[in-house]
Amino acid sequence: MRILRLAGRRLAASLPTLLIILAGMFLLLQLAPGDTVDALMAQIGGGDAAFAAEMRRFYGLDAGVPAQLWNYLSRLATLDLGHSAIYGKSVATVILERLPATLLLMVSALSFAFSFGLVLGVIAARRVNRWPDTLISTLGLIFYATPSFWFGLMAIVVFSVHLQWLPAGGLSDITRSLSGLAAVVDVARHLVLPTLTLGLIFLAIYLRIMRASMLEVLSLDFVRTARAKGLSETRVVARHVLRNAMLPMVTLIGLQAGTMLGGSVVVESVFALPGLGRLAYESVVQRDLNTLLGIIFVSALLVIAINFLVDILYARLDPRISAEE
Amino acid sequence: MTGPTRREMLVLGAGAMLAVPAMAQETPRRGGVLTVHFATEQRILNPSLQASTGVYIVGGKIQEALLDLDAEGRPVGVLAESWESAPDGLTHTFRLRRGVTWHDGRPFTSADVQFTAMEMWKKILNYGTTLQQFLTEVQTPDPHTAVFKYSRPMPQGLLLRALPDLGYVSPKHVFETGDIRQNPANTAPIGTGPFRFVQYERGQFIIAERNPNYWREGMPYLDRVVWRVVGDRAAAAAQMEAGQILFSPYSSLTIADLQRLGRDPRFEVTTRGNEGNVRTNTLEFNFRNPVLADIRVRRAIAHALNVPFFIENFLGPFAKPGTGPIPSVSTDYYPGPDVPQYPYDPALANRLLDEAGQRRGQGGLRFALRLLPAPWGEDIALWATFIQQSLQQVGIRIEIVRNDAAGYLRSVYRDHAFDLATGWHQYRSDPAVSTTVWYRSGSPVGAPWTNQWGWKDDRIDALIDAAATEVDPAKRRALYAEFVRAVQTELPLWMPIEQIFVSVFNRRVRNAGNNPRWASSSWHDTWLAS
Repeated sequence: MRILRLAGRRLAASLPTLLIILAGMFLLLQLAPGDTVDALMAQIGGGDAAFAAEMRRFYGLDAGVPAQLWNYLSRLATLDLGHSAIYGKSVATVILERLPATLLLMVSALSFAFSFGLVLGVIAARRVNRWPDTLISTLGLIFYATPSFWFGLMAIVVFSVHLQWLPAGGLSDITRSLSGLAAVVDVARHLVLPTLTLGLIFLAIYLRIMRASMLEVLSLDFVRTARAKGLSETRVVARHVLRNAMLPMVTLIGLQAGTMLGGSVVVESVFALPGLGRLAYESVVQRDLNTLLGIIFVSALLVIAINFLVDILYARLDPRISAEE
Repeated sequence: MTGPTRREMLVLGAGAMLAVPAMAQETPRRGGVLTVHFATEQRILNPSLQASTGVYIVGGKIQEALLDLDAEGRPVGVLAESWESAPDGLTHTFRLRRGVTWHDGRPFTSADVQFTAMEMWKKILNYGTTLQQFLTEVQTPDPHTAVFKYSRPMPQGLLLRALPDLGYVSPKHVFETGDIRQNPANTAPIGTGPFRFVQYERGQFIIAERNPNYWREGMPYLDRVVWRVVGDRAAAAAQMEAGQILFSPYSSLTIADLQRLGRDPRFEVTTRGNEGNVRTNTLEFNFRNPVLADIRVRRAIAHALNVPFFIENFLGPFAKPGTGPIPSVSTDYYPGPDVPQYPYDPALANRLLDEAGQRRGQGGLRFALRLLPAPWGEDIALWATFIQQSLQQVGIRIEIVRNDAAGYLRSVYRDHAFDLATGWHQYRSDPAVSTTVWYRSGSPVGAPWTNQWGWKDDRIDALIDAAATEVDPAKRRALYAEFVRAVQTELPLWMPIEQIFVSVFNRRVRNAGNNPRWASSSWHDTWLAS
């Protein structure tokens, strides 16, 4: 019950932010030259003026900007996200279709980055300034410095074109119809390269944070006490250090959930995955206001939800935090 | 006896056998899935409502047009079996194929043709609305005859050449109720074609399967066609190499990848099968800028650009110098290169600019111009940079202003906020379809790819109008030759480069590129070698 109340309060506090973001985006997009009918014309290679006027009427662009904004917000009040110009169906449907792929990619990349970042960070901290630390830190630097599109393309060239181990793109093998376990394995195989590509950059960040955090906690008094108690080094690290060192990592997850939604545009394009990032990019190029605002709305909700979960996680990791609330 | 002797026949036969690749001798194999690169995902898939290659590449396999083009580029019947035209050009009669059924089992009749022509081609279809503006009615004396009535003469050549693209038929019983544009069949098309629509996942793929009741006996050979939506060009090339894509149409890969795959024996990189999809690179002048309204300045700019050098070093073998708005592949209307041309001559360019009173000032600069390149196609970006550097040599400073697609169209064709613009002009089988609009005055402000230059020439307007309704093919040809000569002299815009789209085939794909609009056509005879 307390959690629900907390959630409600959080949501209410984010409402004004959400409203400002949506209205701001709406107005920002008005500044971009051209509307969705111009984009349609570019896409189909031309048409006459009567056609353009008819399409503007069809998309409701003949009303003024304030009227369009008012229409949008009043529809949003009833949770109606409107109609997508490029997809010809309701924005809610379009986003729901894309959400699974985005979440799948995001969750797998985050868990990959988090778990490997954690392990590598711990190893680096325990062997600080010796060769495992140097090796891990150098690798981290390389991952962090490499642009993800290049990583993705190189991964495709090596693993798909030359070795032919993994598929080069898409979410599943569409030339065959699979079901059950075979379908799950198929999707998993398709996700290996995108997950690695998206995850590696975040992995680099996590391992550096984890290493620094571990080093800091290892120097604290309670660790000396634990050692003085005669606990083994493994037990000290696992029971006492790790739990405290994790706090910054959990913070980072909350912060990066949003980045990952946007940062996956590149990965989605390279691997031809049907995610929210590519949808947002297309909506901008096609000036599809409804879809873009819908995505922003859903992304904002997603980020709010994740940060809420992170807060709960804080409380579990460090009971002092919830006591203060 | 005037025919060849037996000996000559033998020689000819041997020559023919050498010329025809061995694959043509093989018997088609049934089965297999053709995977196709789909880079230009569209809002709808219905070619009766939207004329664009991005629609034909999918919808053209599911729905069929009255006509298509044969290997030599001549109109050949598909849903129409034969046709005749009255000498006055006001009546055109099409006899329709019998025994054709829609994918949902209903019979195809002249009512479908009438409905599509009046409600879709005339009212909604881009370019169709212009082509059919004088269509008054379509009579259906019986289920297998459609009679097109026009209020102004419609040249038969124009109609027959336009219909392979602008003549796709949709089922009346599906579209007659409700808003045509909102009909779910626009993204789940129902047609008469060799492939039946199965599934469309936006941003991912489209699947169509063999139509077992197709009217061509024993066809199609393929079990399925799968279109993969891949926006990233480099990733698409990798998918071709990995065998996940067997065909990439319409120059969708990078120029570097096209050249690289062209050297790989597994692939064929060719313009074959795209002869009907020609484009020319444009250089558009804004006459609202008084500097550019001077014909000497426009000619000087043309003379300052070394087109053959640019083509050789940047575009490679798939482009050649253009000679005017009607490209050389248009066998019926190409007037030859013997019209005013503007070869590279920097000395002449400098002299013309001096004569126009645009003398060099500080730092050798004469004046500055904004150049807006269209965002489609790598070649346009290269061409814009080339223009910038070439014009620097004759004392013109160019500022390149880049926009995305919607922004480009808005800035150039509605706001007229440009001095120079460069993009593509697409030639669609006949100059009246989408070429003369670039020159005809009177297009409403905002209509893309039309004369928005602030330029008007009564004689050229009259030539365009006369040619559009001239029913005598020889006179029509002469009118277009005169038109090309006039616009090459006045130079309201310049079309110095001619390009045919490039296809990349995996060599397993057979019967590929066997007509001039192959990527758009129905693929009923396409098959895959094992």
